[in-house]
Amino acid sequence: MLQEIIMAGFGGQGIMSMGQLLTYAGMLENKHVAWIPSYGPEMRGGTANCGVTISDREISSPVVFEPTAAIIMNRPSLDKFEPAVKPGGIILVNSSLIDKKVQRTDIKAYYIQANELAEELGNSRVSGMVILGALLELTKVVNFDSVEESLKKVLPEYRYNLIPLNRKALEKGAEVVRNG
Amino acid sequence: MAKILMKGNEAVGEAAVMAGCRYFFGYPITPQSELPHYMVKRLAEVGGVFLQAESEIGAVNMSFGAAGSGARVMTSSSSPGISLKQEGISYLAGAELPVVIVNIMRGGPGLGNIQPTQSDYFQATKGGGHGDYNLIVLAPASVQEIVDLTIDAFDLADKYRNPVMILGDGVLGQMMEPVEIREVQVNVPEKTWATTGAKGRKPNLINSLYIVAERCEEHNLRLQAKFKQMAKDNIRYEDYLADDAEILLVAYGTSARIAKGAIDRAREQGIKVGLVRPISLWPFPYEHLAEVAQKVKSVLVVEMSAGQMIEDVRLALNGSKPVDFYGRLGGMLPVTSEILREIEKLAKGGRSNG
Repeated sequence: MLQEIIMAGFGGQGIMSMGQLLTYAGMLENKHVAWIPSYGPEMRGGTANCGVTISDREISSPVVFEPTAAIIMNRPSLDKFEPAVKPGGIILVNSSLIDKKVQRTDIKAYYIQANELAEELGNSRVSGMVILGALLELTKVVNFDSVEESLKKVLPEYRYNLIPLNRKALEKGAEVVRNG
Repeated sequence: MAKILMKGNEAVGEAAVMAGCRYFFGYPITPQSELPHYMVKRLAEVGGVFLQAESEIGAVNMSFGAAGSGARVMTSSSSPGISLKQEGISYLAGAELPVVIVNIMRGGPGLGNIQPTQSDYFQATKGGGHGDYNLIVLAPASVQEIVDLTIDAFDLADKYRNPVMILGDGVLGQMMEPVEIREVQVNVPEKTWATTGAKGRKPNLINSLYIVAERCEEHNLRLQAKFKQMAKDNIRYEDYLADDAEILLVAYGTSARIAKGAIDRAREQGIKVGLVRPISLWPFPYEHLAEVAQKVKSVLVVEMSAGQMIEDVRLALNGSKPVDFYGRLGGMLPVTSEILREIEKLAKGGRSNG
């Protein structure tokens, strides 16, 4: 198993934290993991992205050149990363914010109204968790419990009250892609 | 012991604290700024001193002062900032002061950019400052190895009374990987030479000035004997699938990781290829490399530079094998598939760069 995942969007959408959360979950499952942020000039213009690698084997490059999956949270990120996805890979598009469709036919695209779904759950800020839930459902890269456990590691204790909402958001995302 | 997820830069800082470092002098520069950032908070927790100097030159000379008084000290920067520190590093070597210096390399020359490179190899291993001196230069390839080598760096610096450099790059500094944070038995040797106050004893002098040529030569000869011993005792490397290799890759740090990925893919095609990864860049594993290379047909050096370590590889092989090169410059990373293509060329009997 080797999953190389790109997560990309605007600064402030929680992209980096979402990547760290997934990396943490992989570590809790005793997998080899690596996380790397974009820190170069591409950050100018407000886009942020990070690469997450989760593998059964030692990880060679922590930098993701050819993602097996991409989570796309804004339009510039779609333009940037659609060409990079590995043939046969998947691309998850937050269609609340992006009206453009994926052009490639050799990758599988999923459109998720992450912001509306998050608002239905009562907090638009969990839109990233909705789309992460979809990723988990499609790739089985880690299980939901590991992500929930990781939240306990990355959140301060006074934020633990947010864990059930985050869990619901993950499950919502999974449900959406499960039901097509 | 439980694992935690840490950035490479933060891991350097935590490892330094584990090794008993209580003094850090630095100046921010991407891609290593998380290290001073981490030290601000962490050193306060353990009663240490963090000081953001007015410049890199200030920071390295503050390290000189703290090391002279017997403390475990670290200073860090990235390429352009390390260039500024070179005068101070030469003084540290001349005055025989143990300081751990971290260089998280970025693009150059000049201001370059903030992306990862390995283009400071010459500067680190061949003496970036003036005079006849050497640093022990350790090149980690993972966040865990950053921790392990940083801890060792403090012991080696004290053992030889010599500066030691940790040489990483932007990828290693910025990436997060699991690390084991362990209890370290801190054994700082007694520093009878340190300037700790001369009450009841003769004053100590920390100095690199030897104005009489005869005395300066004596000092240099003594240093050279020390460097010889340092070179003998501190060779480190990792072999990866090198035993039956017909093609041998040589790479360190981030390049070595990517090279391993390419080797795995080449092995799936039945190409017998392996890797020697120098971990100590000074001293360089000349003899080991020569021995492994005896059995191979060709050698490919992979670096994130225009070809710097390749000169040491050529010295090691002394013309016995063809040595080819694949490198990316200016902050670009070698990609697994590109290295694989070079391996395939060599496997067909061609040359990689010729």
